[in-house]
Amino acid sequence: MPSALVNVPKTARRGDIIEIKTLMSHIMETGYRHTSAGEAVPRDIITSFTCRYNGTEIFRADFFPAIAANPYVSFFTVARDSGKFEFEWIGDNGFSATATAAITVG
Amino acid sequence: MKTMQRTQTRRRFLGFAGSAAVAGAVPIVVTVRPLQATPAMLSSAIRNVVGEAAVRTGKVKLEIPPLVENGNTVPMTVSVTSPMTDNDYVKSIHVFNEKNPQPNIGNFYIGLSAGRAQVSTRIRLADSQKVVAIARLSDDTFWSASVDVVVTLAACTEELI
Repeated sequence: MPSALVNVPKTARRGDIIEIKTLMSHIMETGYRHTSAGEAVPRDIITSFTCRYNGTEIFRADFFPAIAANPYVSFFTVARDSGKFEFEWIGDNGFSATATAAITVG
Repeated sequence: MKTMQRTQTRRRFLGFAGSAAVAGAVPIVVTVRPLQATPAMLSSAIRNVVGEAAVRTGKVKLEIPPLVENGNTVPMTVSVTSPMTDNDYVKSIHVFNEKNPQPNIGNFYIGLSAGRAQVSTRIRLADSQKVVAIARLSDDTFWSASVDVVVTLAACTEELI
């Protein structure tokens, strides 16, 4: 069961630059490891992360196997209006997870 | 009789030498070097992003510890000096490495609404190597920074227990 942790300020003043922190539980198996029996372990990673603010994409990332397990990403945006942040993680083997956070801009 | 003895000894010697060669070959098969990207792969991965444009050094700050004990999770922050105004902002940040099995680490698309061109994440490093961050600005110029990192415990290719 995927579990996400997102950290967005609950309130901000209009025009403030706010930091958004996200963490998603995921093994991020590189596809370059082998079992002790010599079998290759197939790749299983998150390939894409997107953040939308009131429907508009404000941040997107492509992940490669060099991103550590349980991918953590932090980035910034300008608080413009009250509303909702939507986060989406997409990966191998049909992996898909979402999270939301609300903000009040005064 | 004498010749036959000699042939037998020779045969036995050849047989012994053959099995010794096979035994000697086994460790060579087992110690295959882990898959590694080459500097040529790094530059072609960079070309895929920047095309024919020139990449200049500056504006980008790549913060990563110079000495890393565990390559499985290495904190990294990339920031770009930019006013982030309508006609001068950062479009994207791309991070590459020299010696992991793959030269790409991550692409981060920021844009005008970010307010501050800064991204943090945690990465894996398979070996002591150079990490390169490249920023694409709104005028489609590319700026870069690179850091040499020493890794004591490598990531990515170690065997499962």
